[in-house]
Amino acid sequence: MLQVRGLKVSFRSEHGLVRAVDDVSFDVGEREILGVVGESGSGKTISLLSVMGLINDPNAVIEGSIVYNGRELLGLPQRELRHVRGKEIAMIFQDPMTALTPVYTIGWQIAEQVLTHNDVSKQAARARAVELLTAVGIPNPDVSVDRYPHQLSGGMRQRAVIAMALSCNPSLLIADEPTTALDVTVQAQILELIQKLRRDFGSAVVLITHDMGVVAEVADRVQVMYAGRIVERGAKRDIFKGPRHPYTWGLLDSIPPLDGPRPHRLKSIAGMPPSLLALPKGCAFGPRCRYRFEKCGEQPRLAGSGGHDSACFLSPETRAAAWSGRLLDSKAVS
Amino acid sequence: MLGAIVKRLGQMLFVMFGISVLVFLIFFATPGADPAARIAGRNASPETLAAVRKDFGFDRPLPVQYALMMNRLFVTQDLTSFVNRGWKVVPAVIDVAPVTLSLVTGAAILWVIGGVAIGLLAAATRGSILDRTLMMLGLIGVSMPVYWLGEVMNLITQSRMHDSWLFAWVPQLGYKPLTSDPSGWFLTLVIPWITLATLYMGLYGRVLRANLVEAGQEDYIRTARAKGLSETRILVRHALRTSLITIVTLFGLDFGALVGGAALLTEVVFGLQGIGKLTYDALRSLDLPVIMATVMYASFFVVVANALVDLLYVVLDPRIRKA
Repeated sequence: MLQVRGLKVSFRSEHGLVRAVDDVSFDVGEREILGVVGESGSGKTISLLSVMGLINDPNAVIEGSIVYNGRELLGLPQRELRHVRGKEIAMIFQDPMTALTPVYTIGWQIAEQVLTHNDVSKQAARARAVELLTAVGIPNPDVSVDRYPHQLSGGMRQRAVIAMALSCNPSLLIADEPTTALDVTVQAQILELIQKLRRDFGSAVVLITHDMGVVAEVADRVQVMYAGRIVERGAKRDIFKGPRHPYTWGLLDSIPPLDGPRPHRLKSIAGMPPSLLALPKGCAFGPRCRYRFEKCGEQPRLAGSGGHDSACFLSPETRAAAWSGRLLDSKAVS
Repeated sequence: MLGAIVKRLGQMLFVMFGISVLVFLIFFATPGADPAARIAGRNASPETLAAVRKDFGFDRPLPVQYALMMNRLFVTQDLTSFVNRGWKVVPAVIDVAPVTLSLVTGAAILWVIGGVAIGLLAAATRGSILDRTLMMLGLIGVSMPVYWLGEVMNLITQSRMHDSWLFAWVPQLGYKPLTSDPSGWFLTLVIPWITLATLYMGLYGRVLRANLVEAGQEDYIRTARAKGLSETRILVRHALRTSLITIVTLFGLDFGALVGGAALLTEVVFGLQGIGKLTYDALRSLDLPVIMATVMYASFFVVVANALVDLLYVVLDPRIRKA
């Protein structure tokens, strides 16, 4: 449904060209939930914002190809892109506290989107808003429809934002860290809601997050990004059972284990993510990698089989040894 | 709601009372500000001074003087000038108030429409030549002193180019009452309106543009864009709507001050006998009753304008409603 090929996003800055997304290619299939994982600055949000055509920084340079249902989105004039945005591809953002215009009721804001893309009466748009609020589980939707954002809790606001995103039955929903700003209990509810979307509305979802736990909960496929590149991708099962990239190992280690003795400290990845201005030569993760060897001075290509790809030079044997050795390590630590 | 309005009215009265006491004390109780000495003139003999003192009631205690003055100002409304004896000040203020109100209201309509249009256009075409031109013109408008601009306008429209087709319609300087001569009222005020509005138009345009650009960084603008709304709709319905609060605040302060007499320079340049001119003349001759009356009138408008602004806030921003 969505094919992104060789996407490069750079920003002109006074220190030169900053490449935020470097040669990223991925697909999203019908009714699929794709989890995009990475630290802040790994390019996960930027790459999906460019799918929406929402990067309007005059200093941004976007190259590559983004094909949505057979239609090239990159280079499409804003006027035409508007008909895709909100209608076919919808996006929800991280912070529901600031994502809604404070001076309008949530019903008004949902109806606004309905009216923009559909030729319906105001009453019909309002009725649709109530219907959507019911669908996302907001209590008393007839009353809540006339509430202002500040009168709702964070979880309710995020539901309202999701209701708004769903208002035109988009076939693709991009959710940028939809649970990061919420309480843990509310997080679970929102994640459940996102899964329900796929069941009830048949939408595909791209879920951007830095939380492996969230991915484990809802995603079908996972794509791990680091410093503007995809370092590993595959089915959720493959990624969690047999991760291939040392960075993915690091991410998985950062989840507290559910059983066994409680570790004294969670393992963290040594060092800091590199500055996009001064990316190391070769593998960008190299300087933080415990398994680095000479070959890592070159740029590894994303390769693999059975839909499980990784960008790492480690041989399968070394990798298997390192991965099981890591398990022994963590046992020793705990 | 009613309670809030009554409370607000009470606050307004309290502020006006405070202002009246302050002004009274400044002119009566500060050392060296003996009004009797001013009225009696230079080199007056002690006897004359004493006579003036008794005559004007300056020999009575200050609170009594204050109470008497307020009584004659608001209740009997027969307070007379210290300088022109027998000239009643309340009718004098009521006479000139329409001049200032006409001047400032017309200019306000101009500058709000113009300022918002400039701000919107500049923000919509941010970074373009149009944006830069508008901002430069705005800066020029803000920098031109109103007395200079007014004189230049007069020079062009009254003298140099008065006989050309362009400005032949401009009537003589002065004020024509709206009730007796509506077209004359309008024509005489067009040039003063433009002159007074220029400064504020530039100011509001620049402030609004800055606000709109800042609002453009907000998350909800990104949401609006993700909804597929048109840029115009995003700018007007989302960015402008949330930026209006700043404009309303500015407007309340400026409008109140101008109606209260801050349009003095414009009034003088265009020969309009308004409240500013009246206050200025009263200050020069230390005509305390007139000063008192004009100050009370001015404070009334400032306070009312601020109350209206507060009311508008409630309309504009639902977050204030419950607070």
